[in-house]
This record gives sequence, structure tokens and C-alpha cells, in this order.
Amino acid sequence: MASLSQKDLLSIEQLSVDDIRLVLDTAEALKEISSRAVKKVPALRGKTVINLFFEPSTRTRSSFELAEKRLSADILNFSASASSVTKGETLLDTARNLEAMSPDIIVIRHSSAGAPHLLGRECRSSVVNAGDGMHEHPTQALLDALTVRSLKGRLEGLKIAIIGDISHSRVARSDTLLFHKMGAEVWVCGPPTLVPADFHLLGARVTSLMEEAIEGADVVMMLRLQNERQKEAFIPSAREYFTLYGLSRERMRGARKNAIVMHPGPMNRGVEIESEVADADYSVILDQVANGVATRMAVLYLLSGKSGLKPARKPR
Amino acid sequence: MRKIKGKSLMTAAEIDLALARMAAEIVEKLGPVEEFAVVGIRRRGVPLARRLCRRIEAAVKRPVPLGILDITLYRDDLTAIGNRPMLRETLIDFDIDGRSLVLVDDVLYTGRTVRSALDGLVDLGRPRRVQLAVLIDRGHRELPIQADYVGKTVQTEEGDTVEVRLEEEDGEERVVLLRRGA
Amino acid sequence: MQLILRQGRVVDPSRKFDQVADVGIDEGRIAEIAPRIPGKGRREIDARNLAVLPGFLDMHVHLREPGREDAETIATGTAAAARGGFTAVACMPNTQPVNDSGAVTSFILQRAREVSKIAVYPIGAITRGSRGETLAEIGEMARAGIVALSDDGHPVSDGQVMRRALEYSRLFNLPVIDHCEDLALAAGGVMHEGYWSTMLGLRGINPAAEEVQVARDAILARQTGARVHIAHLSTRKALETVVRAKAEGVTNLTCEVTPHHLLLTDERVASYDTNAKMNPPLRGRDDVDALVEGISSGAVDVIATDHAPHTIGDKMLEFDRAPFGIVGLETAVSLVCDRFVRPGVIGLGRLAELFALNPARILNLEKGTLAPGAWADITVLDLERQVEVRAADFASRGRNTPFEGWTLRGGPAMTVVRGKVVWSV
Repeated sequence: MASLSQKDLLSIEQLSVDDIRLVLDTAEALKEISSRAVKKVPALRGKTVINLFFEPSTRTRSSFELAEKRLSADILNFSASASSVTKGETLLDTARNLEAMSPDIIVIRHSSAGAPHLLGRECRSSVVNAGDGMHEHPTQALLDALTVRSLKGRLEGLKIAIIGDISHSRVARSDTLLFHKMGAEVWVCGPPTLVPADFHLLGARVTSLMEEAIEGADVVMMLRLQNERQKEAFIPSAREYFTLYGLSRERMRGARKNAIVMHPGPMNRGVEIESEVADADYSVILDQVANGVATRMAVLYLLSGKSGLKPARKPR
Repeated sequence: MRKIKGKSLMTAAEIDLALARMAAEIVEKLGPVEEFAVVGIRRRGVPLARRLCRRIEAAVKRPVPLGILDITLYRDDLTAIGNRPMLRETLIDFDIDGRSLVLVDDVLYTGRTVRSALDGLVDLGRPRRVQLAVLIDRGHRELPIQADYVGKTVQTEEGDTVEVRLEEEDGEERVVLLRRGA
Repeated sequence: MQLILRQGRVVDPSRKFDQVADVGIDEGRIAEIAPRIPGKGRREIDARNLAVLPGFLDMHVHLREPGREDAETIATGTAAAARGGFTAVACMPNTQPVNDSGAVTSFILQRAREVSKIAVYPIGAITRGSRGETLAEIGEMARAGIVALSDDGHPVSDGQVMRRALEYSRLFNLPVIDHCEDLALAAGGVMHEGYWSTMLGLRGINPAAEEVQVARDAILARQTGARVHIAHLSTRKALETVVRAKAEGVTNLTCEVTPHHLLLTDERVASYDTNAKMNPPLRGRDDVDALVEGISSGAVDVIATDHAPHTIGDKMLEFDRAPFGIVGLETAVSLVCDRFVRPGVIGLGRLAELFALNPARILNLEKGTLAPGAWADITVLDLERQVEVRAADFASRGRNTPFEGWTLRGGPAMTVVRGKVVWSV
């Protein structure tokens, strides 16, 4: 029997090394389904999954939806624009209303860090964090790890450089925590204005010099730079940012020979990454997308037996 | 290695003999005419399928494809159990459309595993026919399923356990019957 | 005599008094304190094994009335205060409407006379609507009865406005209580900036946001000579600034700390519990250590609760959307007894200074003393009593406490206001 240690998947922080291995092994086994003629298995037949998206997200949401469909779950999509949230209903009200529909799993994306925790505390259903504010994006980190592991055969001992806006990135946090747990050497790099306090305590070496981060790296992970950062005075301009932290072919020479380039998407070509690099054969950005479905299938499969095990807190 | 005590049903030599006979039967029925393949059900159906496959290939003197089927995602008790069974990969790298398949498992009991396996195969394509080979048929079916090739039929009580121990998985080779409460 | 408290340990730092004695009360005032008062009072209380201290005054409380009576009222807030051992509270002006006029001040005092068993001292806004732009009608509010000025909840960001407010406050000898926060540096943060904010992905509040404004206030206090009191001071550096200024003779500068800043660190936010969200935020271990040192060394003048009740509906939100603040009136004294008095970090004399004498002095009230002739406002403590924090039992409407389930030793046993027992265990 295989099982995650908790009812919910809220963060990488809560996962043990065994949990992470289990998800990755399970995802590996599930990859095959996507290459079949009939891309569907009945594992979650009769289970209801609610996709609760308070933030627009085409990629993550499609990936989850495809994973749910391939496992034969019944799906209910609930997005902020269509919901009563705009009418002043609180997250908790929304959650309790949805809970009354007896879903087995709720997948939530929310702009507030900790929103999935609130839901997980109050709901019987298993809650999957599909990205909460600047906190974590655990399934993204798991799919990144799956991608690296399938290409490199291992995680431990690899040098992983994560470059860009570390402060505002939930991917940076989840990836750092995961790769560090699995024994990789994680470097994060960005302008000092975009690296949050005490980030090294999450298990990363911190530098502001891109060359130092890339030197000998096996994996170069680029993060998206939001346009707002310029207005908020974190950086002077996108152009200056590219000269200091953009990934060019030139810079990639510092990495290991067979290094790979990753990006959680959506990319800003010409801002954080040169087009030629994004399209080069060492770029595995599309592998990440494919692995995303298998990873999310694995998470849903592993959690699908969990809901209802822990009684929800009594309403006050 | 876990030591199993109980009534011995088959020795290593008997297992070998049974597999030889089953392979011969399969060859007799399918070998001369048909495109066929052997598919083992994880876990202990896999080494048995591999052994049958080797014997069949030796007899028909041409390669016979071997597949591995993980039926976890098709189990009908998934909703009832809390922890998820460990998932392993299904490895069938040949086209099953129009092919005759011999599904291999160690013990045929309720028939539910075979039912799941049939569902799994249907998702992979449309085989011409599917036959079933098992080392032990212990009775107590809960579904209308029967084997085409049987190594040994044994009488059991419903609570008994039949343990097939194979060199590849368990480091020893024998079949043991554990009585309920023993 | 109206009331005699027999054989309690009487501690009164205003007269450096600390011994077992009887306290005789008549006509609402302290009549006599002596080893043994002969005769019989109309009411007698056995105070053996209890501590008898001058009445505690919480100078930083949000009573929410007028405007948010669903969160707290003057009646429930003062009942909570009495239950927490307080004989008086000073209430912050961030009500709806803001207490920036004599009319609102009068309303609060009128309501308090009707429903409160303890004393209520309104604090008036520094600026109109607490918007930080133009001065409120301070003279009018002074006449109506405010005891201090504050825009609490909001800083007075404009240095020039603060300077004018300080200069003007001298006219009425009112202390100005400042919520020190440079909003630009705070940058919309919701918790202390550090490892935990990084880990949790919550916007951090740079401690410098508080520290630079404390420094500004210290400089303005020195320059204007006005009385400046730093509300809910929470960092080591901020305290060092206050200590340095005092050492240089700026005795018109004082500061308070809250029990939660003395007891909890930012790690408490880890589960996104909004009952760990307050402003200033829970800080790191080093800051907490500095504040604890400050209450024992004398660097800190006052302990005040910053009692900030919110409805469950308002508080049960995503962490970044929930309002700042926790309740404190019914936990403060027990927390301080259990964590600091019993282990000997501070003595009862110092406790009485922090909760009674100093706040009374800062607010120019003839309170905080057990001197004969003074109003008989008395807080009786039982240092052995076991207290379990259960929000459901609070007299306050607010249930937002981070201390739910804590078991504490020591706490208030009786609250006496003008010789009347307004609450007892």
C-alpha cells in the first residue's frame, strides 16, 4: 500500500522524502496512459473533483482538468468570475457550499497564501494546492522534479539554478524546498530587491551574480518576471533586467555540457529568456507540460482514498 | 526472507512441470496459426508469463511478445480502501488490436483481478480473443470467469490463503496453502 | 468602613509599600492601610494568599462603539476588562465615527456611565478622521474629557503634521500616543519580514517601518518637549532608540509593549491562523527577548493589551485579507503572571508599575496608587489560581485570541472600582 502522509497536498514543506518519491514513482507509472489510444483509466470513477480557481490560470487548470479526466473523475469547474465570491461571499462560505456537494477532492488556486490551508482545515475533502499567492505551488515542483529525474536519472547531487524574481514566486519556494529535500544543490539568483529575507534558510545558496548561479549547473530554471515589478521599483527596466539576469546562449555556456533549461511558464521571451534558448534542444519546457498531467494524476490518485478519513471540524 | 509455514501444494519441480504442460497446451491451441502474445498480471503473473513465453518461443521458434499489465487503476475496490495501492507501470509495447492474448496470473480466486485486467486490456485496444492461464485455480468465484489453462486445481476454504512463492519475487519456489486461523 | 480587605500582600510602588496588611475603604476611597485594622467593615474580604495591587489600567483598548457594536460594545468591552482584572481602560478613537470631536467623546463617556462598572477614558484622534492631514479639534475634545491623543491604527505619516500635533498637545498637557509605522516601508505587509514570511509567502513588514518612525518621534519629542508615548513597541531597535533618548534626558518619551509581543514570535503565523495577525506583527525571538528584558529593566514603561476585537466573520478570512488585531483584556494579566511574575522575571511591584502606576502617570490620572485618600481602585491577584484560556467564556464579543487552550497559573481574583467589587472569581 502506498499513501501520502496527509489528507491534503498543501505544500512541499509538509511532504517527506518518501512522499515525494511516491508521487514521482506513481507519476512515472502513469505517464504511459497519455500515450494510449484510449487515454483514460477508471481509477477515480464516481469521485468528484472541484476545480476552484480564484485566479485566472489556463495552464495549471487545463493540466489538472486533463489529469482528472484521464482518471475518469467527475469534474466541477468553479472560477472566481463566475462565482459568488464577487458578491462578497467569503472563501469559507464558498468552501462550505461546495463541501455540501460532497466532493472528494478540491483543487484550489488562490491569490492569498494559506487559502488552501483554511480550506483544508474546514473541509472533509482532500485539498490540493494549485498555487497560493507567493507561498507554494507544490504540483509544479513535483512535475519539475519528475522532468529532471527522467532526464538526469537522479536528483541528488545535481546543481539546480533558479533565476529571476524569487520574492514573488511560489514556484521558487516549492522548487527550492523540494530539490533541497531530495539532495540537490539549489542556487537561487536574482536582483537583491527580488530575493526575500532569509531565503537561504529554505535550503538554497543565494547569489545576485547570474554567472555564479549558472556555473556548472545541471538545471537552469528561469522564472517569469511580471511587468509590474518595474512600476513597483524592484528593477529599473526590463531591458536592464535582461542584461543582468536574462538567459542567453552566451550565459548557458557556463552551465554543464548537458544542462537543461526549464521554465514554469508563461515565458516572457526577451525579458528573462532569449528566444533561441527557449527553443533550443536543451530546453525541456514542453516536457514539463507533459509531465504536469502525469504528476497531477499521481497526486489525485494518491489522495483519492483520503477524503473523509479525517472528520471536518465541527461548525461553530 | 519471510518463512511461510503451511500445507505444501506444489514443489519447484511440480511448478516447472505444470508450466511446461500449460505452454504445450497454449502452443497446441494458438501456436501454429495465430499472432499471439503473453501478458502477465502484476506482480506474480509477470514471472510466470515470462517463463511461459520462453517455453512457447522455444516451441514455435519465433519471438512471442510479452506484456506486463498493472491492474491497480481498474480495481473495483479502489473506492472502499483508504490507502492507495502502489501503482506500477503497464508495459505493453506492441499493438494488441486483432491479436490473441494469453493473460497470466498466479492464482484464480474470486475472478475480480481478471475482470480488472480485462477492463485494462480493453482500454489498450481490441484483441481478437483473450485466454486465461493460471498456476492455481482455488475456486470460490464471485464473477463468471474461468481459466483456459490451469496448472493445478485445489480445494480451499473461503478464508484460506494460497501463496505462490517464486524465485524471481520471493527467492524460493513453491506453493503453500495457509488455513484460516492457522 | 465600607469594605476591608484583610491580610493580603499589599503592593504599592507609588509608596514603595510591600507587606501583608489590611486595606480599609470608605466612601470609595482608600481610608487606611495598616497591619491590622480594628473593628468590622460593612463588608470584609479575606485576602490571605492574595496580592492587593493598585487598580490596573489598560491604556490601549479598542471598544468599537460607536460603529462596530457587532464586534464589541462599551458594555461588553468593559465587562471583559473587569474580568481581566482592569479597573480602567483608555479607549482608542478609531471608532465609526472616529472620536475626533467633543460630541463623540461625550457620547463615549455618557455610554460608559450607563453601562460600565469600570472607568473609561477616551483617547481623541490627533487628526481629523485619523487621516493624518489636519489636526482634530483637540481643545474641544480635551474639554469633553479625553486623556490622550492618538491616531492608533494609523501612523501620523507626515512629519510636519506630527510636529504640529506635538506642539499643540502641550497646550492641554495631553500625551500623544503614536502607532509607529512608516507605511511605505511596511509596503502592505501582513506579518514580520523574515524567515517565516519568506517561507509562508506572505508579504513581510520590514521592522524598519516601526523603527524609523520611533526614531522620528524621539527626535520630535526632544525638540518639542511634548509628551510622546510609543504604542505597542515591538522591536529591539525601537526599544534601544527609546532607551537612548531617555538616557539623554528625553523623559517625556515613554513606551508600552503588549503581552503578545512578549510571548509569541512570528513562527506562530505558520498555520496561517489569523489570530496571529496583528500590527505591529509578531516579531522574531531576538525582539521578544529584548522586550522581556525591557519589562524587567524598566526600559518599558507600560504593558497594554491593544485589545482589538473582531467578529469571527471578519477574522475567518484568508490571512492577507483578515484584519489585524487580537483581543487581550481577559488574558493579559494571567499571561504576565504565569510567564513573568511566577518565574521571577518581574516582581509584583514592577507588575503594578507596568499595569497601574505608569499608565496612570502618563495619562495624568490620579490613579495607580493605594495612598490613603486615593480612589479605591484595586486589582486583587491570585498567583496560584489556574486559568484556562477559553474564548467561548470571554465576556468580550471578540473571540480572536492566539492563546486559546493555554493553561496558566496566576491571574486576577477580584476587581474593585471605587470601593465596589465589580468582578470576582
